[in-house]
Amino acid sequence: MTQSFPVTITVNEKEYKREVEPRLLLSDFLRHELGLTGTHVGCEHGVCGACTILFDGESMRSCLIFAVQADGHVITTVEGLAKDKDDLHPIQQAFWEAHGLQCGFCTPGILMTLVPFLKQNPNPTEDEIRHALSGNLCRCTGYQHIVDAVKLAAEKMR
Amino acid sequence: MKPSPFEYHAPDSLEQALDLMSQHAGEGKILAGGQSLVPAMNFRVAQPGALIDLNRVGELSYIREAGDVMHVGAMTRERHLEFDPSIAKRIPLLTEATPFIAHPQIRNRGTIGGSIVNADPAAELPVLMLALNARLKAKNVSGERWIDAQDFFAGMFTTALEPDEILVEIELPFMPPRTGWSFMEVAPRAGDYALMGVAVLVTLDDAGKCGRARLVYLNAGDGPVDAKEAAKMLQGEKLNDTLIVSAAAVASEQEITPFGNMHASPEFQRHLANVLTTKALKQAMQRAEENLQ
Repeated sequence: MTQSFPVTITVNEKEYKREVEPRLLLSDFLRHELGLTGTHVGCEHGVCGACTILFDGESMRSCLIFAVQADGHVITTVEGLAKDKDDLHPIQQAFWEAHGLQCGFCTPGILMTLVPFLKQNPNPTEDEIRHALSGNLCRCTGYQHIVDAVKLAAEKMR
Repeated sequence: MKPSPFEYHAPDSLEQALDLMSQHAGEGKILAGGQSLVPAMNFRVAQPGALIDLNRVGELSYIREAGDVMHVGAMTRERHLEFDPSIAKRIPLLTEATPFIAHPQIRNRGTIGGSIVNADPAAELPVLMLALNARLKAKNVSGERWIDAQDFFAGMFTTALEPDEILVEIELPFMPPRTGWSFMEVAPRAGDYALMGVAVLVTLDDAGKCGRARLVYLNAGDGPVDAKEAAKMLQGEKLNDTLIVSAAAVASEQEITPFGNMHASPEFQRHLANVLTTKALKQAMQRAEENLQ
């Protein structure tokens, strides 16, 4: 018989109550249960970084956490960054202006990696930016525009 | 892919976790950070019958100095090791090596205990445990025991733990005075599994000779590989380039047994070990000499 557990998870400042099977990944919970499809699923083994979210404010892979483990915790996804389409988060605005994306598949994970990174390190060197991005794969742009966008975002946020 | 079904338990104390491990001995698997286990479950390489999740057992997460050792709770996140000021001061080798473990997002979740018990020969923490002479505390319902790191790693993904035991604490001696350190690895991309890596410690005696040396390798056999012969060559000697080159040759040609993979032949891995050992020994020696002043 399949077990199921009641969970209460705060996602983007809204509280959700659901019943989940233990094997449900947090990435699938966000996408399929809550309809928050901004969190992308690439490799499902922690390499590509597309599913990166904030778990209690720290960037983590949502494909390597079970939804049941998020019970009582606070999650932020890419949908939580902008209030609306005309009021983007400075990192999103910088990605727009500096052409930091092409197909956009990797972008949500990159943005969620950068939010805590730029908070901890408001004035990063290019080396530090590249290191911070090492856990997010992009197959389109070749990273240079992404690095430029991060520099621009850091400027905007200082 | 998605994991196959399993029974899930989330105890909120160590005592409950130990009871659960005793009830599920054999089919129960500890879920620590899950950064290796969950990928294996997503691929269905691992299909544990029951998961005992330690993430709500807060008592297993701490970093404490006690005399001349550091006690680290098994559920301490790798990210906390990386930024802990007392570890940086007392055990700088660990601080230097931690950023090589995967990516920041993985270190935010991954734990020291999880990586040690996973015993991946390509992982950094098992190598560091051996190099630093760690002792590992295991518990089950009937008691506890300490296991030296050199007796803990029993082969590929295999440890000395019994099926009902949980690794609860890691004891790390402070690095002795006049000690230099180095950690180096080569990976195809930052954060990937390294093709080869080495942790080096060199302790100088009063005369400035090498009193003790340690060279431990990752991805160089079926567990962390301790190059004892190379270390012996250095002990009691004043280190110079010729000696370092000979020790690197012995370690890389005779003591390690790399298997090769799709990115590197065993010969290339030996070549990397040779180059890394030479560079790491020089750096460790230089740091030890700076520590003399």
